Amino acid sequence: MAEKKRTTIILFSGEYDKAMAAYIIANGAAAYDHEVTIFHTFWGLNALRKDNQAPLKKGFMEKVFGKLMPRGADKMGLSKMNYLGMGPKMIKQVMKKHNAMPLPDLISMAQEQDIKLLACTMTMDLLGLQKEELLDNIEYGGVGAYVGDSEDANITLFI
Amino acid sequence: MEAAKVLDAKGLACPMPVVRTKKAIEEINAGEILEVHTTDKGSKSDLTAWAKSGGHELVKEAEEGDVFKFWIKKA
Repeated sequence: MAEKKRTTIILFSGEYDKAMAAYIIANGAAAYDHEVTIFHTFWGLNALRKDNQAPLKKGFMEKVFGKLMPRGADKMGLSKMNYLGMGPKMIKQVMKKHNAMPLPDLISMAQEQDIKLLACTMTMDLLGLQKEELLDNIEYGGVGAYVGDSEDANITLFI
Repeated sequence: MEAAKVLDAKGLACPMPVVRTKKAIEEINAGEILEVHTTDKGSKSDLTAWAKSGGHELVKEAEEGDVFKFWIKKA
């Protein structure tokens, strides 16, 4: 059997629309039978946060970051027309009307399709994020893991 | 044309038609035909490219009102 094709995506951004684009492409690539990796770094890590995690022991700066950043995919703002949170409400309504999948559903579907969700441990340290507050069944790594998956990838994107 | 399976993907938006088609084709045997119904306007390009990439044959396609229909023969 021929070697599977690969797609790798770096999700650096922490906005709902950009994360949605990343996850739609990832799910599409999985439907093309690609092995898909999404490498979450910096603000993209917030897509992996659980929304109801009990507070963890953290230093002052980590607590501040934890409070200021969106807790989970559904809490993310828009990269354009955010309007203090009105934008996401409006776009979610429009998405419902057009039957587009909400971001949290796209993430569960990615997990169902065995897409590798990789969290960058270096930026987790910077932003004070701990494994306990990120989704279960994800992987942890750094640039080595990303480059390893990407060096024979057919598609690679930075979002 | 006798389809082994019919997939109703009407009303679904990108990327769902391709995702569902992939799942559905896994459930039929090589040489059998999967019939797919969609309403997403991008699905014509999407499913044509998808079938080609997987080596499947797009035997026939049709448009009935707002509904696109595809018959894909599994490789």
